[in-house]
Amino acid sequence: MSETDQTTQAQGIGAPVRRREDLRFITGQGQYTDDMNRADQLYAVFCRSPYARAEILSIDTAEAMAVEGAVGVFTGQQMVDDGVGDLPCGWLVKGKDGSDMKSSPHPPMAARYVNYVGEPYAVVVGTSLAAAKRAAESVVADFKELNAVVDVATAAHSEQIYDGIENNLAYEWALGDEDATRMAFAKAAHVTTIELVNNRLIPNAMEPRACLGCFDAASGEYTLYTTSQNPHLERLVLSAFVQIAPEHKLRVVAPDVGGGFGSKIFVYAEETAVIWAAGKLAQPIKWVAERGESFLADAHGRDHVTRAELAVDDTGRFTGLKVVTTANLGAYLSTFGSAVPTYLYGTLLAGQYKTPNIYVEVQGVYTNTCPVDAYRGAGRPEATYVLERIIEQAARELGKDPADLRRMNMIQPEDFPYATPVALTYDVGNYEASLDKALELIDYNSFESRQAAAAENNKRRGIGFACYIEACGLAPSKLATELGAGVGLYESGEIRINPTGSVSVFTGSHSHGQGHETTFAQVVASQLGIPYEDIEVIHGDTGRMDFGLGTYGSRSLAVGGSALVAAGNKIISKGKKIAAHMMQADEAQIDFKDGNFILQDSNQSVSIQEVAFAAYVPADYPEELEPGLSEKAFYDPKNFTFPAGTHIAEVEVDIDTGVTTLVKFVAVDDFGHIINPLVVDGQVHGGVAQGAGQAMMEHGIYDEYGQLQTGSLMDYCMPRADDLPDFDVDTTVTPCTHNPLGVKGCGEAGAIGSPAAIMNAVTHALGNKDISMPATPEKVWRAIRGE
Amino acid sequence: MKVSLTVNGRAEEVDVPTNTLLVDILRTNLGLTGTHVGCDTSQCGACTVHVNGGAVKSCTILAPQAEGLEVTTIEGIGTMDQLHPMQEAFRECHALQCGFCTPGMIMQAIDLVENHKDLDNCGIREGLEGNICRCTGYHNIVRAIQSVVDQG
Repeated sequence: MSETDQTTQAQGIGAPVRRREDLRFITGQGQYTDDMNRADQLYAVFCRSPYARAEILSIDTAEAMAVEGAVGVFTGQQMVDDGVGDLPCGWLVKGKDGSDMKSSPHPPMAARYVNYVGEPYAVVVGTSLAAAKRAAESVVADFKELNAVVDVATAAHSEQIYDGIENNLAYEWALGDEDATRMAFAKAAHVTTIELVNNRLIPNAMEPRACLGCFDAASGEYTLYTTSQNPHLERLVLSAFVQIAPEHKLRVVAPDVGGGFGSKIFVYAEETAVIWAAGKLAQPIKWVAERGESFLADAHGRDHVTRAELAVDDTGRFTGLKVVTTANLGAYLSTFGSAVPTYLYGTLLAGQYKTPNIYVEVQGVYTNTCPVDAYRGAGRPEATYVLERIIEQAARELGKDPADLRRMNMIQPEDFPYATPVALTYDVGNYEASLDKALELIDYNSFESRQAAAAENNKRRGIGFACYIEACGLAPSKLATELGAGVGLYESGEIRINPTGSVSVFTGSHSHGQGHETTFAQVVASQLGIPYEDIEVIHGDTGRMDFGLGTYGSRSLAVGGSALVAAGNKIISKGKKIAAHMMQADEAQIDFKDGNFILQDSNQSVSIQEVAFAAYVPADYPEELEPGLSEKAFYDPKNFTFPAGTHIAEVEVDIDTGVTTLVKFVAVDDFGHIINPLVVDGQVHGGVAQGAGQAMMEHGIYDEYGQLQTGSLMDYCMPRADDLPDFDVDTTVTPCTHNPLGVKGCGEAGAIGSPAAIMNAVTHALGNKDISMPATPEKVWRAIRGE
Repeated sequence: MKVSLTVNGRAEEVDVPTNTLLVDILRTNLGLTGTHVGCDTSQCGACTVHVNGGAVKSCTILAPQAEGLEVTTIEGIGTMDQLHPMQEAFRECHALQCGFCTPGMIMQAIDLVENHKDLDNCGIREGLEGNICRCTGYHNIVRAIQSVVDQG
């Protein structure tokens, strides 16, 4: 093997390549939105509602405009009057009676009514941030306060928030066979019932949202630099719905983005108002959220209340599952807010099990709280929480080992493809393999000795399981659009072999921590046999790549990576034609391997670099062929991918203080083939930490008046280094059957399995006394004392 | 007011309002954007720099307090060609994802290793208590710092 081949393999698919993007981040050279400045830029500050629900009677901007350095004050009503459209929800969910969901009006900034604390109703622009702040404090808004609807459980029986939306219900959605499920319960030997709250979370990517809006009067072109996970989608919405500018006059750039976790998918008021105002003033305008604004106005996650019942026969087999959930959508339907508690939740309730009858009903309710949308896992952690909590509970009620009860109900490798009763068809999996490996890693057989040792230290030790499944790479587009999606769910990729053999790779996917610049280069290096160092991956700029749908739902590799493979196949196909001409052979006689086009049954070959040069300098070249070696592809997946695995948590509860410590966490995940194990492990670690945060610490709390009580990092408790243990992560592999890389997606699994595993461990430690997330010391302390 | 301070070994003088924070002097006046702002309550640690040799959150120092300080930022500890051992360890151990908390985390980690003997997993985790990372679950950050400790 040549040295080049060895290098390619060492940095190709499967290699733990150290990330190339790290060099700029560890030296402080990253370029995040707030690091960008324009010489003549202005600064925006938003006026935000102090009330959860109020009518705007008047807004007086005269005093604000008199502040030195104030340049403009724009109200929500002015945007509406200027023809700026509502922020749309991208997924039309139909109710169980076939009716369309009911959308509340959603102007970018509040015009006549404010509907949650922190909702912007005006933007103030100044020559400096300080001037804009001073002016914003001088805006005089007169509100008539109205009764706020805050509590998710009672929202449907509370005062009506919007005209025409009765009972504050956006939809009543259902999936599954209700009658068959009812029959299953009628015949059940045992029924386990559980009531659960899935606590509201506030995403808190470390980089606050920000934007820099520019308008060039000479060309009429707008450029928006913003913290987005999907700049093309942002452009599409701002053009087609909000009508800022046509797509060819609007460029959206998402440079280095400091984490997203879902919260930067959505099209928000702030960038909409900033890019619009930049056009009005014909001057660049910058806005950077303070953390307090992130708490108030970044779309929140989760917030469900659920009652679930599991029917079990006399052998322990699950025969029916019924789930009734009320999901808090917040004050408005955010970009994908309607889909998260329906198609990304109800469809996952079969889990890893052969439960034949499942029925789920979801009420989506409006409240006067920040909109709720996708947050890491988006619907799947909620589904996993319901299923894995109720199964653990059933095992305890039936006196069965929780691992055994799961195992006897699992879908077996020979059952695939497996059609669930809730609309999905799983392509492949081996759930027992993950379970077995996890049991081994946690040393399940020795748990009781660890429990006894803890008891000697006045601690109660508990163990909990979660055998999760998730659906990634939402697809295919035809099915998704039939179910109400407003966009396709494919991805684009382009591979441009430059004349000298270096490669520029363009993806419509976006990296905000995932490491695409490294892993996508590994994919292309492996496929085309080109040295990894010669390949650059470019993303996040509507001005540089055709289109893209961005990064969410762990879709980047399964969909975006597959698009690159499709583009690579086109490169190889065209390269064969050129190579055949170069070696005076027939195209059918050419094979491609490790970067070389090889003439069969000969010692002749030409490298892909030589072919590229010939393509750009076509002196001696096939007559019918276009010059150049650059190919694009759009890849539309045939199905979701279905990562699955087993997470096991062990906790110790301090009897005196109620403090719960996560002492051991094992995650064994099946993500299919792995491109870079270092990156995959990192994704799992981070996901588990967020899930541990949900289970033990984090809770977005509004008081009865709709005031956010957890509005800063001093009130909202995020996991810190000393709150967590080292994690023990491993993988099993069943390659995805329908994408060319055999990959499934790894971004969310950690956050999907861990809350249920940890809470099962906590309730185990508490002698099966149930408490709601997060398991704070106070709740645990009270539970120990029987309160 | 005028403030004179030394940043990454260079004498600097800036003219700023008295309520300006050191982090804003670094980012806005001196263009050192490697130091980040992640919160408004001195909780996240993204703005951690070294002041007179010790790790400090640069959002806790006002302009008048910055007079005469010796400040080192992430830009002052190593370059892409010649990384500081802690930068190298972060890269080697995949101790960063989005990179936003990373400069503050590295500055804190350097201080931790330089000023504490016999650091173990628990000591490292306690020492990072003032720096929040939302991406890594801290696992690989702790591993990176431990590797520097182990190198002596």
